[in-house]
Amino acid sequence: MGFDATALRAEFPLLARGGLHYLDSGATSQLPQAVLDAVMAFESTSRANVLRSVHRLAEAATEAYEGARSDVARYLNVASDEIVFTSGTTAAINVVARSFGDMLQPGDEVVVSQIEHHANFVPWQMLRDRRGIVLKALPLTADGRLDLAALGRVVTPRCKLIALTHASNVTGAVTDVASVVSAARAVGAKVLLDGAQRVPHGPLDLAALGVDFYAFSGHKMFAPTGIGVLWARKALLEAMPPLLGGGEMIRTVTLERTIWADVPHKFEAGTPPIAQAVGLGAAVRWLSALDWPAVSAHEMRLTQRLLDGIGQIGGARIVGPAGLQGRIPVVSFDLEGAHPHDICQILDGFDVALRGGHHCAQPLMDYLGLAGTTRASLALYNNDADIDALLKGLDSAAAKLR
Amino acid sequence: MSDDLYQRAILQRAKGPAKRLDSPSASVTVDNPLCGDRVTLDIKLENGAIAAVGHLVRGCALCQASAAVIAATLPGHAPAAADAGREALDSVLMGGIAQAPWQELAIFAPVQRHRSRQDCVRLPFDALAQALAQAKT
Repeated sequence: MGFDATALRAEFPLLARGGLHYLDSGATSQLPQAVLDAVMAFESTSRANVLRSVHRLAEAATEAYEGARSDVARYLNVASDEIVFTSGTTAAINVVARSFGDMLQPGDEVVVSQIEHHANFVPWQMLRDRRGIVLKALPLTADGRLDLAALGRVVTPRCKLIALTHASNVTGAVTDVASVVSAARAVGAKVLLDGAQRVPHGPLDLAALGVDFYAFSGHKMFAPTGIGVLWARKALLEAMPPLLGGGEMIRTVTLERTIWADVPHKFEAGTPPIAQAVGLGAAVRWLSALDWPAVSAHEMRLTQRLLDGIGQIGGARIVGPAGLQGRIPVVSFDLEGAHPHDICQILDGFDVALRGGHHCAQPLMDYLGLAGTTRASLALYNNDADIDALLKGLDSAAAKLR
Repeated sequence: MSDDLYQRAILQRAKGPAKRLDSPSASVTVDNPLCGDRVTLDIKLENGAIAAVGHLVRGCALCQASAAVIAATLPGHAPAAADAGREALDSVLMGGIAQAPWQELAIFAPVQRHRSRQDCVRLPFDALAQALAQAKT
């Protein structure tokens, strides 16, 4: 297939116009023309509500929406009726925390970790307060990875769910899923992965991963905002009660009772984000056509340049794994004497878009003893000029702020 | 565009010494939920006037500078001067001028063009208002 970084970047209109070094893809990625075209084509030729009317336009809309579900399922190597469309990762995890969570008993245990994004932390605290479950957090190692050696101590026979990030939005560390699944299976617990940061960096084989729930957002993987996915094993979805009641999630409604629709529609009450789902379908088709070994090599080469360059700035410290092993191209760092927001503001003057702050991971910041970090999060469209601009800007920011 | 935020006046204030008070009349800590910045502000009241202001900021240069301007300006004034300070800041952030004794807040005029950073400057004033309310009770 081959891989041409320049040609690939040119597929992103916002980047192709030049003048921007976008290194904030961990927050939101940009859209390729193929996705923009798919959304525009749907809205201008097939816009109608789905799973309702029988006219041709409605048929076309339903076909596009359900086609997107099939595309996503293929990308994840799972069955399409296990794909629940949500508004994003946060909504997907909340569905599990409310629905699967309501099946738990007081004293049952849920294990998260100290590295989690608030989206995979707060819903479980809310469940704890609602249902009386016990919430435990896996500790971290010195280099900002999950301390999987602690699994044996933290995961007890009362554990019903281990909910962890697949890849940290702060440190870029990728979780060793096999160890987690093994620890969960030993006590009959389920495993949920927050895949928001992992999905933009290559196709996944959820069947091979062996987890039970997987959540991610479209907008971090070159698709529109407002669409995300909860994947869960069908037996689990069938056992779980629906979260929202309303249209589209029913089979029959009488004055006395309602019979739910089959999965996944049981979890998709109301008119769904149809065009956004179509955009997500286009995004995964576009991603599936890429030469991923080449894309990954490109991302990792730039990440190494970034790690080396930051390492040469006096007072700078990488927060997280120092090398490329088991990481995504997300790099956080601390620059002594300079606040992340001040760094980001100055870098904006160099046309470099970065993120600074706690990254919705305050328990991790507490562990690190930092108010926040500065983060460069790369995607497949980044290039050497982006890294050059970042490192040049950082030199300037360090000189100005310290 | 961003460079104007980091002019000498702001950076000098931000890098200046920050000092807590030993026995404040009131002390509060407030957080900015957006970025996790944290401002601790102490005030000491004597004879109905603000005798001293202490501060400690875990935050950006704008937040540090704002707290430092409060600590430098407020001592010797009546508590009502805090409200006037907030009004002066609002005026500066809308392109207006800052009335005495808050003229130094004019250094934050460039923040007018950076909406996402205005709360950084406001946070110490939030802490100040809470500290004064605490001192009254």
